[in-house]
Amino acid sequence: MEMVMGNSSRKMHPHKFLLWIAIGSLTMMFAGLTSAYIVKSNQAGWQPVKVPSIFYLSTVVIVASSITIWLAQKAIVAKQMVKYRLLVSVTAVLGVIFLFTQFAGFSEMWQQKITFKESIAGSFFYVIAGLHALHVLGGVIALFVLVLRVFSTRTKFYSSTPVETAGLYWHFVDILWIYLFIFFLLVS
Amino acid sequence: MSEVTHIHEHAVGVSHEAHHEGHHHHEHHDSFLSKYVFSQDHKVIAKQFLITGIFWAVIGGFFSVVFRLQIGFPDAKFPWLETLLGEWAKGGQLQPEAYYALVTIHGTVLVFFVLTAGLSGTFSNFLIPLQIGARDMASPFLNMLSYWFFFVAGIVMLSSLFVQTGPFSGGWTAYPPLSALGDASPGSKIGMDMWMISMALFIVSSLLGGLNYIATILNMRTKGMSMTRLPLTIWAFFFTAVLGVLSFPVLLSGVILLIFDRHFGTSFYLSDIFINGQALPNEGGSAILYQHLFWFLGHPEVYIILLPAMGMVSEILSVNSRKPIFGYMAMVGSMFAIAILAFLVWAHHMFVTGLNPFLGAFFVLLTLLIAVPSAIKVFNWLTTLWKGNIRFTPGMLFAIGFVSLFISGGLTGIFLGNSALDIQLHDTYFVIAHFHIVMGVASMFGMLAGIYHWYPKMFGRYLNNSLGYIHFWITMVGAYVIFWPMHYEGLAGMPRRYYKYDIWESFKQFGTLNQIISIAAIIVFLAQFLFIINFFYSIWKGRKVTTKNPWGANTLEWTTPINPGHGNWDGEIPEVHRWAYDYSKDGHEFISQTTPVGDNESKH
Ligand code: HEM
Ligand SMILES: [Cu+2]
Repeated sequence: MEMVMGNSSRKMHPHKFLLWIAIGSLTMMFAGLTSAYIVKSNQAGWQPVKVPSIFYLSTVVIVASSITIWLAQKAIVAKQMVKYRLLVSVTAVLGVIFLFTQFAGFSEMWQQKITFKESIAGSFFYVIAGLHALHVLGGVIALFVLVLRVFSTRTKFYSSTPVETAGLYWHFVDILWIYLFIFFLLVS
Repeated sequence: MSEVTHIHEHAVGVSHEAHHEGHHHHEHHDSFLSKYVFSQDHKVIAKQFLITGIFWAVIGGFFSVVFRLQIGFPDAKFPWLETLLGEWAKGGQLQPEAYYALVTIHGTVLVFFVLTAGLSGTFSNFLIPLQIGARDMASPFLNMLSYWFFFVAGIVMLSSLFVQTGPFSGGWTAYPPLSALGDASPGSKIGMDMWMISMALFIVSSLLGGLNYIATILNMRTKGMSMTRLPLTIWAFFFTAVLGVLSFPVLLSGVILLIFDRHFGTSFYLSDIFINGQALPNEGGSAILYQHLFWFLGHPEVYIILLPAMGMVSEILSVNSRKPIFGYMAMVGSMFAIAILAFLVWAHHMFVTGLNPFLGAFFVLLTLLIAVPSAIKVFNWLTTLWKGNIRFTPGMLFAIGFVSLFISGGLTGIFLGNSALDIQLHDTYFVIAHFHIVMGVASMFGMLAGIYHWYPKMFGRYLNNSLGYIHFWITMVGAYVIFWPMHYEGLAGMPRRYYKYDIWESFKQFGTLNQIISIAAIIVFLAQFLFIINFFYSIWKGRKVTTKNPWGANTLEWTTPINPGHGNWDGEIPEVHRWAYDYSKDGHEFISQTTPVGDNESKH
């Protein structure tokens, strides 16, 4: 088995490595969408939309959740399982709150007549932010699975790989949100 | 910090031992289902990709025969067509809607299902673990998923052929508005939805596959297999996977916007459209936006198709010339250059769409730059062949045929890359000739070369050589007879994607030529059955392989048992001591990568 991995001891866990490549891939998808937005915003008849103020709250929440998952990683390494469980749960809850603030922002915009039929900038907004929210939802589900796993396994298993992998993904959706948020503020 | 790393390593060790044990256990209780259907063995998955690819090649090829009949014989009636296709060929004549549907599905299926999944899916899966010295892929499970996503994508595409309004018919590029408005044409209705679902599944399949190929190549090489000792096949699969992983998501983003335009009333791509005299409310969208997103994938896609063929051809040429590949690092470098440039030239498909001519100039420059790495590769292939001790196996013939086709098709690319010439040539048969030769047929040759060459490793038996030679010569000659004359038609301005040409005075002169092309297409299509019969017959009845290394090749796959099990090597995985191309060196015809470097061996 040693041979398969070659000089494996220096290398990353395969799941984490796969995730890194997937992050490259997802980045390209959002790069595609935001460059489409830029291209369109330079064309005639473009009417920018204002970013709803509740999205500032979204930003605070998701940054906070990045910090809690980082602390969770430290906790599992220190084998403080109670703290770990708490921090992962808090992260997941913050993720849910993030989704709610997003939804609130969307409905606020919709009520201001920024609909699919009326506004192209708005349509982009919904699609791009909505797609990001879907990725957050995926992360939230993964976090809940992590929490449930800790409660259900009888054997003490202190592997930090799952939470490291989940954390990597979580930081990614966090940074992606910050990018999108600044992007919407600037390009509008 | 050091504690973190320590625990981390430990976790890796644990999970791998666990995997290994599970694996043993697995081997003792293989049921038919887990061995051949839901297999996680990369070799079985490769064969699944290959056989599914062959299935789609027959479908896609048959469609081209049907629409070539229409172009060659626009007034003839073929009652058997009506028997076969029913409504589509009322009175024995292909209907216009059906013609467009067939052209569209032909293009989609051949580009994505045959030459992406069938080619890269087959050979990346089969050769990556075998040639880098790994027991399987980084994630055999994701690998299996990758196949099944492809399979389901195929089922959806196949079903779309049978819906009442017909499959999508707006061309493989699926430009809006035809793809965005259900009322635009019959094929734009449910057929287009199914096309999109199928493509979305296909994109997921490609991404899962690509992630795995990259992770495997970077992480799972055996001891001594440094990146610069990798066979060129592996480099090619690597760049292919990188291109796919970075460009397919952009297509996905384009498709997502398309879905919103189709079903949720947005206007990303739509503006100022009239259907049957009725103005649509959509305003402010831009169809060009879709083209940007599409071709940002579309151009890399042509290299996703071509690079694996290039890699395999390099390997096969070297093995069968009994000579080291000429300019190994130049080959890697030029593939790298091609991979980079592939992302920077997409707008050359859009020269005449109203693209800013100033921008166009940059795309002309970048496009023509591709000729440099392409020429380097051609030069290296030819010098590899030069004064070689050539063994003309069928695989080798197809590899040489690939080089010929790549030269012919690459040269016409230089015409098209000039935006001024493209005003005349765009959307004519010249483009059809260009991309069929350089991408379609060339990659098909690469794929066939790969199949003939690695068949003994795949099935432990040989293909029949005589059938292979007949297959090669008919296909080679036929390909040129079909596609060469199309250059003249295109130069004369004959547009692509038309149902009938004989109503134009200027294209009447091509009546006979079109017949000749169509007849050649039918012959070449039929000749492929020589191969297919050979392929399936030989799985069970072919001559048995009796030595591990029938071609006298250096790469690791030939150090495995003749019929390797899941895990590939019985004992330990061999260690690698040298690059893959020590042929005819120091009086040895070939020196396997596993042979340690001798004390007084000359340097390569
Ligand atoms: C020297 C290298 C090449 C150059 C300069 C070049 C240039 C071009 C240009 C400018 C077009 C657009 C023509 C038009 O639509 O008016 C084109 C079309 C195309 N090329 Fe190339 N090409 C090159 C090599 C290749 C290779 C290696 C492949 C495939 C492996 C390829 C595949 C295609 C395809 C598929 C299309 C047509 C797509 C469509 O409209 O449906 N080309 N090429
Ligand atoms: Cu191109």
